[in-house]
Amino acid sequence: MPITKVLEAQIDHVSILDEHGNFDESLGKGLIPDEDLIKLYGHMVICRLLDEVAFKLQRSGRMGTYPQNMGQEAPSLGAAYALETTDWMVTCYRENCGLFWRGLPMEKILQHWMGDERGNDIPRELHATPIAVPIGTQMLHATGLAWAAKYRGEKRVACTFFGDGATSEGDFHEAMNFAANLDIPVVFFCQNNQWAISVPGKIQCSAPTVAQRGFAYGMDCLRCDGNDIFAVVHCMNKAIASGRDNKRPTFIEAVTYRLGDHTTADDARRYRDAEEVELWKARDPITRIKAFMKSRKIWDDSKQAELEEHADEAVSAAVKRAEGIEAPNKEDFFNWMYAELPEQLVVQRDTMRTSSIGQDPSQIESPQASQQS
Amino acid sequence: MANLTLVQAINLALVQEMEKDDRVLILGEDVGLNGGVFRVTDGLFKRFGGDRIVDTPLAESGIIGTSIGLAMAGLRPVPEIQFEGFLGPAYDQICSHAARMRTRTRGAFTVPLTIRVPVGGGIHAPELHSDSPEAIYAHQPGLKVVMPASPYDAKGLLISAIRDPDPVIFFEPKRIYRAFREEVPEDEYTVPIGKARVVCEGDDLTIVSWGASVVQCMQAIERSSASIELIDMRTIYPFDIDAVEESVSKTGRCVIVHEAPRTCGFGAEIATQIMERCFLQLEAPVQRVAGFDTIMPYYKLENDYLPDADRIELAIQEIGAY
Ligand SMILES: Cc1ncc(C[n+]2csc(CCOP(=O)(O)OP(=O)(O)O)c2C)c(N)n1
Ligand SMILES: [Mg+2]
Repeated sequence: MPITKVLEAQIDHVSILDEHGNFDESLGKGLIPDEDLIKLYGHMVICRLLDEVAFKLQRSGRMGTYPQNMGQEAPSLGAAYALETTDWMVTCYRENCGLFWRGLPMEKILQHWMGDERGNDIPRELHATPIAVPIGTQMLHATGLAWAAKYRGEKRVACTFFGDGATSEGDFHEAMNFAANLDIPVVFFCQNNQWAISVPGKIQCSAPTVAQRGFAYGMDCLRCDGNDIFAVVHCMNKAIASGRDNKRPTFIEAVTYRLGDHTTADDARRYRDAEEVELWKARDPITRIKAFMKSRKIWDDSKQAELEEHADEAVSAAVKRAEGIEAPNKEDFFNWMYAELPEQLVVQRDTMRTSSIGQDPSQIESPQASQQS
Repeated sequence: MANLTLVQAINLALVQEMEKDDRVLILGEDVGLNGGVFRVTDGLFKRFGGDRIVDTPLAESGIIGTSIGLAMAGLRPVPEIQFEGFLGPAYDQICSHAARMRTRTRGAFTVPLTIRVPVGGGIHAPELHSDSPEAIYAHQPGLKVVMPASPYDAKGLLISAIRDPDPVIFFEPKRIYRAFREEVPEDEYTVPIGKARVVCEGDDLTIVSWGASVVQCMQAIERSSASIELIDMRTIYPFDIDAVEESVSKTGRCVIVHEAPRTCGFGAEIATQIMERCFLQLEAPVQRVAGFDTIMPYYKLENDYLPDADRIELAIQEIGAY
């Protein structure tokens, strides 16, 4: 037999609560207790509102460029819900909902996009890394963080989030290869929202699934409806168990959709059809849970009204806190450069000058004159 | 003649070179239908189609690496890197291959490639969207590095870059993409790579700058009563030291202004060559008004970082009093 089959692949797609309200009892029963589901839903509603408010802040000049998370609340939230707080979350910028679940104060995210580095000063106990701006780079850090946990004999995993576009970067492939070949417990969580700014997913991956990229590196891979929080939690539970027990990485492709523009600097009408957006609005992760909870009689209009009021308060309070933070001190961009500031930087900081005479005015003034000034 | 912004002037240069030479093609992230995130390639996709205006996968090393291959095959690729902060992944391809190909093959292979990159701060952008890495690439032998400060120069220099037989990094100061307009001839013309421009003449002092900082220099000069000569380098490498020498020999005083961090900024090289060439004419130590040796801060503090007219004005006064 000169030709034999050496490999056959299968990629599973997981859907538990679909957009029509169909619920798979065999997979979904007991997966998320009702009281947790109510809390998760509340987080999504708050997160969505924050997005709307942030958009207005940007438009009125109170905030810089901001990437809305609208439509993508479920993937990171489901992941954060499944993880322990001691597990690492290594994110980019569409994981607000999961980070808030983890406990990141909302004003931290606002502060970051308001152009203040202190927004990245994340409480250490949250085990979350700051927003990674260079696309596709942070998965290697997740691999290192998880490696350290394994080295120390801890049962932690690292979950790293990235978009479909990020899977084109070389670093992403290196991270997958390291984790798979060195047995490092990383969950590679791709939020496939089908666009990278204006570039459609098929330019990043012409294979039928992004998930099979994980397969190519020899790791387990799963694909799920990312707007179905049950499916996300199901996949995460599997991935986390495999990481904790066997130190194996898993690739999860969560299929979702960016309902808004790429950022406030973008205008998606230039490159994508309104029809496509409408199609995905019907698959919204938030309305889906709401309908489900109503059908289970654990949610009603008065609870909704109460939640909306609470969301309003929470978001305005976060905006107030973010805007109330005293302006950053210009010395700060020097002071945090090194554990110990080199003398040359001390001089630059103290004079706010780079020119030699500016740093040492005695070169032109009499010592007496400089004492007077 | 049309009154154009820097973005429009670059767009015009691209259109004209593409019409003239079918070896020219553009590739990068979002350069197609979207016309680039700064709209520099606006309308080109419609005009030239998807074979010549190519949206690539999100991979800078891929963009530059394949451009090197395209160029080695005799085409004239003009890749766009979306922001200077994302040159990082492409660094290896630029410095380990593009810059070395001609010399290591003794000319058997060449890389006539023009890498367009928006550069610099001052637009309230997020992190890694505001840096000034021109000296890093000027330090790599084998590359040419260009940074126009006006629409007229942008068009003429870009045409020169595209026609240049060697790899050119063409930095576009994003702060002045749309800040002002200038008469730009419809007709084809070039501005030579390696030639500085005397923006205004003067006898007391020379200011040497490039990119968006040229605008701050002009503001400071307007406020000053001294007679100041302003030189816009236009090309960082190979640089027009003759123009600098001529001016500083006349004025005896020089302030160099750039956004990049001071240490090992390109001002350091210019200052050294002034010292070597004009030692006996110098009346005062050459001054550098530059970015600080820190990470470019997020935008709330970017104006404290960037050299502005106030800091330049102080340096003018101080060097005058020396
Ligand atoms: C290395 C790098 N290149 C380019 C960019 C500019 N950029 C920011 S977001 C983005 C698209 C990212 O797409 P994807 O990974 O799918 O994430 P999404 O925005 O869709 O969530 C690009 C090109 C960047 N931030 N980093
Ligand atoms: Mg995407």
